[in-house]
Amino acid sequence: MTAIAEQLPVAEGVTGLRLVVRRFLRNKLAVIGLAVVVAFVLFCFVGPHLYHTDQTHTALDAVNQPPSARHPLGTDAVGHDELGRLMYGGGVSLLVGLAAGALATIIGMLWGAVAGYAGGWVDAAMMRVVDAGIAIPALFVLLVISAIVSPGIWGMVAILGLVSWLVPSRLIRAETLTLKNRDYVLTLRAIGGTHTRAISRHILPNSVSTIVVAATFQIADAIMLVAYVSYLGLGVRSPQTDWGGMLSAGLTAVYSGRWWLILPPGLAVILVVCAFNAIGDGLRDAFDVRGRS
Amino acid sequence: MATLWYLVRRVAQAVLVIFLVTIVVFALLHALPGGPARGILGAQATAQQIATFNHEQGLDKPVVAQYFYYLRTLLHGDLGTSYTLNEPVSTLIVQRLPKTLVLTVLSAILGLLLAIPLGMWQAVRRNKPFDYAITTLSFVAYATPVYFFGLILVLVFSQALRWFPSQAPQGDTLGQVLANPAGLVLPVVAGAASMVAVFSRYMRSATLENLAEDYVRTAKAGGARQRAILWRHVFRNSLTPVIAMLGYYVPVLFGGALVVEQLFNYPGMGLLFWSAAQSSDYPVLLGCVLVISVATVIGTLLADIVQRVIDPRVVAGKS
Repeated sequence: MTAIAEQLPVAEGVTGLRLVVRRFLRNKLAVIGLAVVVAFVLFCFVGPHLYHTDQTHTALDAVNQPPSARHPLGTDAVGHDELGRLMYGGGVSLLVGLAAGALATIIGMLWGAVAGYAGGWVDAAMMRVVDAGIAIPALFVLLVISAIVSPGIWGMVAILGLVSWLVPSRLIRAETLTLKNRDYVLTLRAIGGTHTRAISRHILPNSVSTIVVAATFQIADAIMLVAYVSYLGLGVRSPQTDWGGMLSAGLTAVYSGRWWLILPPGLAVILVVCAFNAIGDGLRDAFDVRGRS
Repeated sequence: MATLWYLVRRVAQAVLVIFLVTIVVFALLHALPGGPARGILGAQATAQQIATFNHEQGLDKPVVAQYFYYLRTLLHGDLGTSYTLNEPVSTLIVQRLPKTLVLTVLSAILGLLLAIPLGMWQAVRRNKPFDYAITTLSFVAYATPVYFFGLILVLVFSQALRWFPSQAPQGDTLGQVLANPAGLVLPVVAGAASMVAVFSRYMRSATLENLAEDYVRTAKAGGARQRAILWRHVFRNSLTPVIAMLGYYVPVLFGGALVVEQLFNYPGMGLLFWSAAQSSDYPVLLGCVLVISVATVIGTLLADIVQRVIDPRVVAGKS
């Protein structure tokens, strides 16, 4: 019975979704990735409620302490408890990564859908803008803009979103090109449906798999980018921090042998970025869409 | 003929993209606090000085006219003057770019020397433990910030083992930098790691693709040994697309150089850019962005052309 059901062509909607979930769950790496992300979300957002630390005031009588019973990961150069800081900084990293990844995908989605749907010179012009944007390496633009505006957390999200929507826009344009000549879109146009309706009701909903996969990779990239910008001293400002910011005192810590200030935030970035990439791979295979390999 | 037409179109497209990049940089210049006048005269300039400057430079003219003025100065090689170093930005970049190129080229060579055999070997041993191990490693390496890997290198090879210095060689000239090879080891290795991760993946899939081709089957059927097929045919055919990928990799190389130079205090363009970001030296920042963007466009152009020449099946405009 189930064997036959699996062979039948699957209709879009609930059944399709169930199939996607089943395929995703079969991918071990992707499931581990999901578990890692959930664990980090709990650690960063629930953790601070269970493990209370002061991350705003300096405690100059307790600076640079090695790990101990009182401070399991030691303290940093101004006396913040490092374990608490890992939760607090991780919260910022995850928040900025998720929000910026979502924002970049939304901008890219709209841009790509409009370009692909419009076609002709509008498409050509819009895609040359994307080419120009891709030609300016994101890290450098981010640093320039951060130097100009000194952003807070939401400012950082906005800048990251504005800088990194280009790749998703290409993917979604390609998707739109194949969708816009489908019968249901042509029929809608023939009976007088508007362009807005064609894009919002047909093209975008049918690109949802591409969009979700792009967003997942976008989140991984955003977490990485913000870790770079903060490491270079231009991310979120003290006393706020993120994992990259925690590593910005890296060399000083290395020279004085304070490994507990380096390894936890560094490994956290690696784990979370790997996890999102694994989830992205899993989703791509589950949805069976083309994306980045 | 088709190829020539493609070349013309592709170069024209690249020129258009560079043109758009200058518009973006021009817009950023105008987004500066106080505008370009404040940017060039510095924070201490009086309102009177700024007004005079604006008039002299035509900054009281319409934006479009200003843009063309800006474009003209660019074409004369004038990128403005650094306000912390008091030197023309173009001079600063010309001094430092060769050192950055040496660093990135060395990293790229080391990265490719490791990545190419790894990727090929993975393809041959597809889905065996070796393949999985390298795949996992490259997954992790891809997610590792370059500076974190660099910090680990310093911690292990400089602090614990004391094999290599943690400071890159200093000096104004390329000769002075190259005179101290021990100091180059850690920066070059740090820059190479992510290359190994990415390019071993490319090499793996390029090799797999070639192994599935008819000519391999024919050679096998003709009795050629696996090793001979691999080196005589598959290696060559897989290598070219991988080398072409280097062109697309230019922005990542520069990004890597930025971080590596900052970490190891290597006196190149990345360090120049980083210091400029710390001191809000906007002319330097925007000058570097422009140079790096042009390099990126050229890299992409070359990669597209190489791909087109080696594989005519790649149809123009299908990216």
